[in-house]
Amino acid sequence: MVMTPTAAPSADPDVRPRISVVDLDMAYGGLLIQRDISFTVRPAEIFVVMGGSGSGKSTLLRHLVGLKAPARGDVFYDGRSLWTADPAERDDLMRRVGVVYQSNALWSSLTLSENVALLLEEFTDLSAGEIRDAAALKLALVGLAGFEDYYPSEVSGGMAKRAALARALALDPEILFLDEPSTGLDPISARLLDDLVLDLRDGLGTTVVVVTHDLASIQAIGDNSVFLDTETKTMMAHGNPKALLADPPNPRVRAFLNRESVYQ
Amino acid sequence: MTVERLGRDTYLVRLAGSWRLRDRLPSAADVLKMPGYVRGVRHLTFDTTQLGAWDTGLLTFIRHLIDESQRAGIEVDHTGLPADVERLLALASAVPTRGIVPEPVRLPWLGRAGTTVIETGRATVAVLAFVGEACDAFAGLFTGRVKIRWSQFGLLLYEVGVRALPIITLVGTLIGLILAFGAAVQLRQLGVQIFVADLVGISVSQEVGALITAIILAGRTGAAFAAQLGSMQVNEEIDALTTAGIPPVQFLVLPRMLALILITPLLTIYTDLFGIIGGGLVAVTVLDLSLTTYVTRLIQVVTMNDFLMGLVRASVFGVLIALAGCLRGMQCGRSATGVGLATTSAVVTSIVLTIIADGLLSMIFSVFRL
Repeated sequence: MVMTPTAAPSADPDVRPRISVVDLDMAYGGLLIQRDISFTVRPAEIFVVMGGSGSGKSTLLRHLVGLKAPARGDVFYDGRSLWTADPAERDDLMRRVGVVYQSNALWSSLTLSENVALLLEEFTDLSAGEIRDAAALKLALVGLAGFEDYYPSEVSGGMAKRAALARALALDPEILFLDEPSTGLDPISARLLDDLVLDLRDGLGTTVVVVTHDLASIQAIGDNSVFLDTETKTMMAHGNPKALLADPPNPRVRAFLNRESVYQ
Repeated sequence: MTVERLGRDTYLVRLAGSWRLRDRLPSAADVLKMPGYVRGVRHLTFDTTQLGAWDTGLLTFIRHLIDESQRAGIEVDHTGLPADVERLLALASAVPTRGIVPEPVRLPWLGRAGTTVIETGRATVAVLAFVGEACDAFAGLFTGRVKIRWSQFGLLLYEVGVRALPIITLVGTLIGLILAFGAAVQLRQLGVQIFVADLVGISVSQEVGALITAIILAGRTGAAFAAQLGSMQVNEEIDALTTAGIPPVQFLVLPRMLALILITPLLTIYTDLFGIIGGGLVAVTVLDLSLTTYVTRLIQVVTMNDFLMGLVRASVFGVLIALAGCLRGMQCGRSATGVGLATTSAVVTSIVLTIIADGLLSMIFSVFRL
């Protein structure tokens, strides 16, 4: 069966979804994580994947960025299938993507500048000087001017997170994925990171997909969202986070968004 | 703790004093074993008015007692329990024991055998794929398709080679000493002390030097490669390379493989040298040979062929150690335990492969009368 992406539930029906997830089942071996996941992400939208711990949010991200093949279903970038594409085409699709990992995943043997520069060296024809300037600009954009020659182990968690963001932006990706960006950050740093994501989206028109369970962040930056439920192993809600908070479609979504105990 | 019978069918458990984990607490089984506890009892109540300090030791006792009593059809009245105990018991029982992790399925023997075969097949395919990818990257180096970051490569050479020199010096010298010392008594009895140069020179240059170097590198460098790549796996650094479109084998494995291919023969020559020096120390101090006699005999008996055989061995061992170390690191799970297992496995795999390869090469050299 050939699957095609469905149109986004957009105010403007002519806007083609940047990402479409169609009937996705996720599993580790025989253990089902989530099933029947379908949603679309519009260009320049900040899309939040939310849910409790162990609900499969980060696993979904691994499916979206080509690290884990789905048990069923597919992911489409601008209508092009990620999982039926040949390796060269998949590499081409992934070239349009930047990822900020939960653990930052900065290459520890390289300086912050080299972390950003490596991608420019690999995938552009820029000269060494131009690459150095471009890397310095990316670091400056995230507030790390002057820290070019520091190693990841020499900077704080918040700075490492911003450096990871700078690296993800190295090739000016069309789509930026952030996995639990506020993990390990104090509330002020987390807020600054949210502002930075908003600024980058507004300035560069980047589509952003954020995997998080940080309620403040969800409400601050999310244009659209899905809620993955641990219990039923499927997507329970899809829509604007503020609208979901105002009118939750079911008790589990309400409990999550209002920080209530589901056992009460 | 005392237990009283109230009326015909009710038991009262009276709890007094300190009920903390560090106190010697009675077990719920002590209550259950009391004569007549189950027979005829329908209700259980508590009196905690004399209860002193308590912690989760009390909760464990009460929880167990309640579970066992309910299993025996006894109704438990919680009203005598302190409100805090009651709240914590409710909290503990409210957490559903959901089957997030499925119960392990016990397969029949045929199923287990089949699963083992399939898993072994998958592991073999994974190893072959890794080796194929490494060979492809190596070939790409010559066609210009694959680039190496030379500054990083230089650091790698320093780490793998230069920093290994002290340990190689020590072990190489000791191996020469041990070989010569082991044979010294017999050689002296036969009056052929001069043959110590043959023994040490030929064995070290042909085989022992390469083998000892390989074992040191397996423990030092192979383990380090596995730990480095394993940590990168845990920190998602390898995922970051993959999503960035940079093949981890090209970026991480190829330079390490190349470094060991270059360094192992060089370190083997160094080991050979110090092995021969160690043998010379015994020849001069124990066997009363002059240094000139020892060196002259060495030059007569040790041929370039012997050294080349050692260097061929060293090159093969270098490739095997690099592949085993990097493979185990790349296969590492996403935990600290996984890094430890990868490191151990890298050393064991490297040494086993080295010994097997040494045996095979000895057979090949013998067949070709080298």
